[in-house]
Amino acid sequence: MFYIFCPYCKEHREEEEFHARGQAHLMRPADPDNTTDEEWGDYLFFRNNPRGIHHEMWVHSVGCRKFFNITRNTVTYEILETYPMGEQPTITADIPSVRHEQGVQAADGGWQTVGARPESKALNEETSS
Amino acid sequence: MSNLSVSNVREFNTQPEGNPLVESPLAWSYRHHPAPRGNGQHAGVVLREKALLGHLVLRGGAIALDEAVRQTLGISLPSKPNALAFDDNGERSIQWISPDEWLVIVPGGEEFALESALRKALGDAHASIVNASGGQTVLTLSGDNAREVLMKSTSYDVHPSAFPVGKGVTTVFAKATVILRRPSETHWELVVRRSFADYCYRWLLDASAEYGIDTQ
Repeated sequence: MFYIFCPYCKEHREEEEFHARGQAHLMRPADPDNTTDEEWGDYLFFRNNPRGIHHEMWVHSVGCRKFFNITRNTVTYEILETYPMGEQPTITADIPSVRHEQGVQAADGGWQTVGARPESKALNEETSS
Repeated sequence: MSNLSVSNVREFNTQPEGNPLVESPLAWSYRHHPAPRGNGQHAGVVLREKALLGHLVLRGGAIALDEAVRQTLGISLPSKPNALAFDDNGERSIQWISPDEWLVIVPGGEEFALESALRKALGDAHASIVNASGGQTVLTLSGDNAREVLMKSTSYDVHPSAFPVGKGVTTVFAKATVILRRPSETHWELVVRRSFADYCYRWLLDASAEYGIDTQ
C-alpha cells in the first residue's frame, strides 16, 4: 500500500482513497484551429512512458476530491513528491543528482531509458552525444 | 436570461407543509434488521441515529463564506484542513470538507431559513449552497468499544493522538465512504449517504456484535 500525502488535506492517507489519472502537465494546444493533425494527435493520444521519473495526476476521490500531482519513480514505485495543481515539480529527470540517486539514465533528447543500475558506473556516466 | 447572476438562484423549502409522515433513511433497516436485543449484558457500543437534520453543502471562497457564516451562524469557518467547529450549545456544526467546500449541519427545520440568510449575506459573491438534508443521515457511536469498531471498519487512524476532538475527515468506511468526525471525547459521528445507510448500519451491527450493541 502507498501512503500518499494529499497537498490539500495536508496529511498522509491510504492509497485506497486515491485514483491515478494519467500523465500530468499536458497542455492543450493554445490555438486548436491552427494546429496540425500531428500536434493534435500527440496531445490527445500520445503519452510518455518513462522508465524512471514520471509526473502523474492523481485525485483524492474519497476525501477532498481534488486533483494533484505526484512525482513517482516507475521502477521502484517510490513517490518522490506531491504538489498541488498549477505548480511545477521540484524533482525532475533533468536534474543529474536526482538521476543518480534514483538510478535513472537519460538518452538523447532527454528520454529516460534503461532502468536502474546505480552500481554500474559505466552505464551511469553522463555523456552527451 | 440576460441578467443571470448567482443571486437569482431559485430556492424552495424542502420541508413539506402540514405534518406528513417522515421516516429516516434507516427506517427500513430498523424494521428488517433489529439489533440483537441486549440480554442484560453491558453493551460496549451505543449506536444512535440523529435523523432528519438539516445538511447544507457550502462551496466558494473562504473569505466570503467566512463572513456570511459568522453573520448567520455565529461560528467562524474552519480554515484548517479536516477541522470541525461547533456553536456554543453543540447543535450546529460546520466542517472543512475540501479547500473550497464546507458541510453545515443544523437541527432539522432550520436549514431553509439558514440557506436564505446565507444567500442574502453572500450577495453576489461566487458561491454555491446545496441542501443535502435528504441525501445523508448522521449516526453516532459511543461506548467503551466504539473505537475498536471503527478500527475494524476504516483504514484511517482513529487513535486519539491522530484523531483529536474537533477533527473530521472524509474516508473509507467498510466498502463505502463516510464523513467521520469526533465532536467530543466520548462520541464519534458518521455522516453516511442515504443509499449507503442500510449497509453501514448493518456493518456496524455485525462489527459490534462481539462487544454487545445498544441501539434505540
